[in-house]
Amino acid sequence: MSLSKEAKQALKKERRFNLLVLITQISIIIIFLGLWEILTRVHVLNSFVFSSPSLIFITIKDLFLQGNLFNHILTTFIETLIAFILGIGLGLLIAILLYSFKFLAKVVDPFLTLINSLPKVALGPILIIWIGANVKSIIVMALLINLIVSVITIYNGFLNIDENKKRLLISFGATKRQILTKLIIPASLQTIVSSLKLNISMSLIGVIMGEFLVSKAGLGYLIMYGTQVFNLNLVMSGIFLLLVFSYILYKLISILEKKLIKN
Amino acid sequence: MNNLLEIKNLSKTYHTKKEEIKAIDDLTLEIKQGEFVAIVGSSGCGKSTLLSILAGLEEKTKGEILFNKQDFTIGYMLQNDSLFDWLTILDNALLGLDIKGKKTKENIEYVKNLLKTYDLDNFKEKYPKELSGGMKQRVALIRTLAIHPDVLLLDEPFSALDYQTRLAVSDDVYKIIKKEKKTVIMVTHDLAEAISLADRVVVLSKRPCRIKKIYDIKLTNKSNPIENRKAKEFSTYYEKIWKDLDVFI
Repeated sequence: MSLSKEAKQALKKERRFNLLVLITQISIIIIFLGLWEILTRVHVLNSFVFSSPSLIFITIKDLFLQGNLFNHILTTFIETLIAFILGIGLGLLIAILLYSFKFLAKVVDPFLTLINSLPKVALGPILIIWIGANVKSIIVMALLINLIVSVITIYNGFLNIDENKKRLLISFGATKRQILTKLIIPASLQTIVSSLKLNISMSLIGVIMGEFLVSKAGLGYLIMYGTQVFNLNLVMSGIFLLLVFSYILYKLISILEKKLIKN
Repeated sequence: MNNLLEIKNLSKTYHTKKEEIKAIDDLTLEIKQGEFVAIVGSSGCGKSTLLSILAGLEEKTKGEILFNKQDFTIGYMLQNDSLFDWLTILDNALLGLDIKGKKTKENIEYVKNLLKTYDLDNFKEKYPKELSGGMKQRVALIRTLAIHPDVLLLDEPFSALDYQTRLAVSDDVYKIIKKEKKTVIMVTHDLAEAISLADRVVVLSKRPCRIKKIYDIKLTNKSNPIENRKAKEFSTYYEKIWKDLDVFI
């Protein structure tokens, strides 16, 4: 392939621009971490309250050496995964029910809005009393947060499907079930997948919130425990691990999205 | 019954919370085998409602629709192609058969042949977004033909296309329909399209729609739609129908 001189130059310009963005981004991280480290070393910032990159590194290394690190990460991961799968499964099911039964959708509508507007954390204490101080409470907490959003997103996706396509199927004599399986669900794949992205962040919020309330392990537990014993190194390490963890989850869903929506 | 289908004293009334709207009032029309009938009328006069009722998408309020046989099949083609993005062209063309549970070997072969005859053979495994607007319209027509309809209902089938494509596609569709010897009822607001394609043009009045006049279109050297527009009778029909429509701005 031969490109004209102008095209080559334009491409070069674009590449240089992208490189500049990347360099700036990396510089920001280095400067931020560097300043943090230096300011705590020269005691401008109190490392007991603010921790520092090197202290966070040591804390994580210790956790690893004690063999606790992966246990915490795995606990949070499994809780998030269960809440995520339940949320998507139930969300899809409820959305299909609402779509299939107009009466049900009408009846439930104000209640959905009501529950959606309630900050679900408020239900935390009740959950502990009803379900107990265990993992179940954490998962229910996460479900409370992700489910309503999933239902609303998927259901709205269903409602936005081209009316003409529905008319076409009806003119072929399609049953309600056929309309659902041949049109509604495949056509909503895009919305369902984008609801996965939303759902995974919601699940994680719920799980961390749940771990704040009741837990014996997990990244949320690490943060909460660190606060209680005033070990800010542990708190910061927990936050850092959570940052990396949620970014990886998000990326995984993005890859899944690309795989699912090929054509 | 000599006619393929008869519409007798058909009426349709809609109602909102406040009022009743009469869309169709006492409409009677007979359609013969192999005929191409165009229905024209000013916008919002209820001509699309007529097709929806024929296609079984809406209930009629009064009147009768009689078909000349028991399991009468209707092929309904909508304004836009309504192809499913996630299905290949072949699967799109087979959609109607799939829904009806008639995806037999024979029928699949028939659809494949149609695709071949109408230059879509190379696109069978492609997806709709890879096709031009005209090609998509052709696929939509084949999807309709696949179920062996006794009558084709076309609801402004070309209105989503730009003018040049529209002329070419209407020519294309006309040829296919004539070759497959199909009976057609087409609704349009484009008078030129109606006159150049149809054997008969039915002019509807404003709402509630009634039949105002029916023209048998007789053109010298009648051939394809684009050529038909050059016939000397064309403009006479155009003027007459235009007057019938009684358009005020």
